Amino acid sequence: MLSELPPAAAATFTVKVQRQDSRDSAAYFEAFTVARAPAQNIISVLLAIAEKSTNSEGKKTTPVVWDCNCLEEVCGSCTMVINGRVRQSCSAMVADILKDPEAQNTITLQPMSKFPVVRDLWVDRSRMFENLKRLQAWVPIDGIHNLGAGPKETPDHQTERYDISRCMTCGCCLEACPQFTKDNAFVGAQAIAQAMYFNSHPTGATLKADRLDVLMAEGGVSDCGNAQNCVKVCPKEIPLTEAIAKAGRQLTVHAVKKMFEMK
Amino acid sequence: MAKSSSTAARVIVVGGGLAGLSAALRISEAGTQVDLFSMVPVKRSHSVCAQGGINACNEVARQQGYSEWQHMDETLLGGDFLSHQPPVYEMTHWAPKIIDLLDRMGVPFNRTKEGFRDLRMFGGSLFKRTHFAGASTGQQLLYGLDEQVRKQEAAGKVTKYEFWEFLWPVIDSDGACKGIVAQDMRTMEIKAFRGDAVVIATGGCGMVYGKSTMSTICTGGAAARCYQAGALLGNPEMIQVHPTAMPGEDKCRLMSESARGEGGRVWVPRNKGETRHPNEIPEAERNYFLEEKYPKYKNLVPRDIATREIFFKWQEGYGIGGQPMVYLDITHLPAETKNKLHSILEIYQKFTGDDPRQVPMKIFPAVHYSMGGLYTTYTPYSPETDKISRPEARRKANEGMEFGAPNNGMTNIPGLYSFGEASYAYHGATRLGANALLSCIFDGLFCGMSVANYAKGAGFVGKPAAEQPQALYDGLVAQEKAKVQKLIDNKGTENPYTLHAELGREMTLAATVIKTEARLLEARARLAEFRARYAKIGVADTNLGHTNQTVAFTRVLGDMLIYADAIVEASIARKESRGSHYRDDFQDRDDVNFHATTQASFDAASGRAKIKYEPITLPLVGLRPRVYTND
Ligand SMILES: Cc1cc2nc3c(=O)[nH]c(=O)nc-3n(C[C@H](O)[C@H](O)[C@H](O)COP(=O)(O)OP(=O)(O)OC[C@H]3O[C@@H](n4cnc5c(N)ncnc54)[C@H](O)[C@@H]3O)c2cc1C
Ligand code: SF4
Ligand code: SF4
Ligand code: FES
Repeated sequence: MLSELPPAAAATFTVKVQRQDSRDSAAYFEAFTVARAPAQNIISVLLAIAEKSTNSEGKKTTPVVWDCNCLEEVCGSCTMVINGRVRQSCSAMVADILKDPEAQNTITLQPMSKFPVVRDLWVDRSRMFENLKRLQAWVPIDGIHNLGAGPKETPDHQTERYDISRCMTCGCCLEACPQFTKDNAFVGAQAIAQAMYFNSHPTGATLKADRLDVLMAEGGVSDCGNAQNCVKVCPKEIPLTEAIAKAGRQLTVHAVKKMFEMK
Repeated sequence: MAKSSSTAARVIVVGGGLAGLSAALRISEAGTQVDLFSMVPVKRSHSVCAQGGINACNEVARQQGYSEWQHMDETLLGGDFLSHQPPVYEMTHWAPKIIDLLDRMGVPFNRTKEGFRDLRMFGGSLFKRTHFAGASTGQQLLYGLDEQVRKQEAAGKVTKYEFWEFLWPVIDSDGACKGIVAQDMRTMEIKAFRGDAVVIATGGCGMVYGKSTMSTICTGGAAARCYQAGALLGNPEMIQVHPTAMPGEDKCRLMSESARGEGGRVWVPRNKGETRHPNEIPEAERNYFLEEKYPKYKNLVPRDIATREIFFKWQEGYGIGGQPMVYLDITHLPAETKNKLHSILEIYQKFTGDDPRQVPMKIFPAVHYSMGGLYTTYTPYSPETDKISRPEARRKANEGMEFGAPNNGMTNIPGLYSFGEASYAYHGATRLGANALLSCIFDGLFCGMSVANYAKGAGFVGKPAAEQPQALYDGLVAQEKAKVQKLIDNKGTENPYTLHAELGREMTLAATVIKTEARLLEARARLAEFRARYAKIGVADTNLGHTNQTVAFTRVLGDMLIYADAIVEASIARKESRGSHYRDDFQDRDDVNFHATTQASFDAASGRAKIKYEPITLPLVGLRPRVYTND
């Protein structure tokens, strides 16, 4: 019922997977032949590969390792580079990818290059969560006792916050960013947007100065070259460039304030 | 036995969904160190999928005649009176406080023009009492709690073990739980952890059915392991099939009840064999069958009822193109309303290529939620033991639970607790929409205090974890290592992925919307065959030096087979129809014989479930027929 097979489509296609047996071992490619099926996404392809565990040369091999959970593009787990483009593999439909004649009936799956590989397509994104900790990405409430409701909020303000709070920490924006590398300190667009999210909450704003200190230091907003690759690949359409611009404005004010404080 | 030293108490929380995170918050705030285990970074837990909202009585509804009591009554009726009443009383009365707390944490709830929290309709109620954040409420709530736990983590009060899989509870010579055995999913290291209490908040068991609306880690594996170690399962036969999901190759993606709460309508063409595009079928030739049969609740009858009606329409030959599909139509709604549903409409469009704003969605029921799970206990509220409230403010006996009593949320094993979807409490034979998120957070915040008190010594059983012999832990680590080695050495011919798909198909056919004795007996025989085949399993990846998902999957498949057996046996034994458990051969509710909790215990000798029943008292609300047509 879902995306139907075009009648002329080949019955099978090739999947080239960039594999790596462990953190420190070398990467290599392995090819698999997979049968087309209706409503097929990359997750079903990887499941089919796991079930057969046989590569295109007919040799037995180990199932490909990858990270996934929700299968509906909301948990952020399953990010990988598919035919050169970083995206969630659960919402990547085979029919759509192979429609492109340049694909030549082949799908290439690679792990994200900006994070250390755990195994095959599974990468370690703990840096993203560490950044959230450094930026104190939370609303500092007094505790969980019953102290009544939070502050009132206009629908417009809610919409502005909601748009950022749908960020699922997938890392697509970081993979696409020319300034974010495996070993530099740049926090990247996702963390900057999250800092703006918490700065815009009345209680969250009590930590605003601390967050701006982090964004002013090495690896902060000034590392961004404004290439805007991040916003183009974000699956949740998080308004990243607006957030970076806002952070820039807040930092200017913050820097002036600091100058006065030093006197 | 009282505990000697309380200062060094440590609690292990397994699971970082809404239930686990709120438990970690409560326990750490109560001053007890928490070790939090999860198979995924907690921010990626399955709770992130929840879409529609979270129920609580609120001022607007209250002034229209709604109350916490009524919320309780709806929950009990929805669950067809299979839940204990004091916990449901407590949960529904806490609900408004929970919403306030989430609000303070900064959860972006939708707002009215004036800036108050907006509300939407949901199933099983005639009042607006569902709070929401777009159509990604679970994600927003999970993030709100995740952020607070990150704050506790930064303060050194919570230690996270992400990408660790719980394998087995450690039970001491006094029969009390004193820790866990777990495995690092990246290095494959198997290790024991000491804890004075353990909370299992590992979510539902949808993967037992192959394809469901749940996430891939929702295997029920952790609950099944506790069950094998002696914990009871409560009502495992109560599995909710959600009426509206998109059938898919790898999973069935939910189209939230909020689509109907916001005005979406379910229909089929009046003509069998209709071939026109849905937009070309005139109103008069559409059958809005839920609205016709249930003029009061319309499309918002409880889920089991809507599911059966849709299922019957398909069986009668009215499915779209004869296929198992009906229309869920939101095309007539104003743009502003559609925007509130953006997240789920986006999912539909991404996976089907069709724009649900323009074309009615094609949906069908799918396995969605497990009402059943680990059996837990509680202490009912009693005005006699209430030393805090003023005499005139005291509630009547059984109106709620005693806050902080050590056994709230505890399984039959002392020190082993179960919260959230992993447990059986609150939802009886059917869960009402938007009550799950509530029960998960309530468990963590309310019963979490019980865990903290127990770990510090209240009603504590046996010696503290720190004083237990090392051999206790080493022995269980050896047991788990041996299990893995056995899978590797087995070198059988059966394929775990194939076997899982077959298990899912069998369970979906035998134990979902319509059950019969004959079909369930067939499933019993099939499960025996699957177990025999599992003994001949082979794993394609035998390396234990680093990440091996095949071994982990094969191991949990064994646990799923054991959980499936409990579901099937409990379904056979319950010879009545109640809520989601619909027996075609016993279509009526039988309160004389079955107004009771199913308790499944694992018989180690046979490896099978044994079923017994525990009667349920009715201290607050009497039994009445579950009628949603017109009352
Ligand atoms: C698509 C969908 C939409 C829903 N919408 C709503 C809604 O609108 N309103 C509502 O009230 N309810 C809704 N529900 C139900 C609700 O989302 C779930 O019941 C709830 O989120 C379960 O939360 P939990 O904390 O119990 O477990 P989960 O969120 O499932 O978390 C389980 C945790 O346990 C961990 N875990 C599991 N096994 C192990 C193991 N062996 N070792 C270590 N860790 C383990 C996982 O890593 C995870 O952190 C929905 C459900 C689905 C499927
Ligand atoms: S704007 Fe460019 S440099 Fe800046 S974060 Fe985005 S991709 Fe990176
Ligand atoms: S901002 Fe977008 S791309 Fe970046 S982590 Fe969040 S959701 Fe992913
Ligand atoms: S599996 Fe959750 S985003 Fe793809």
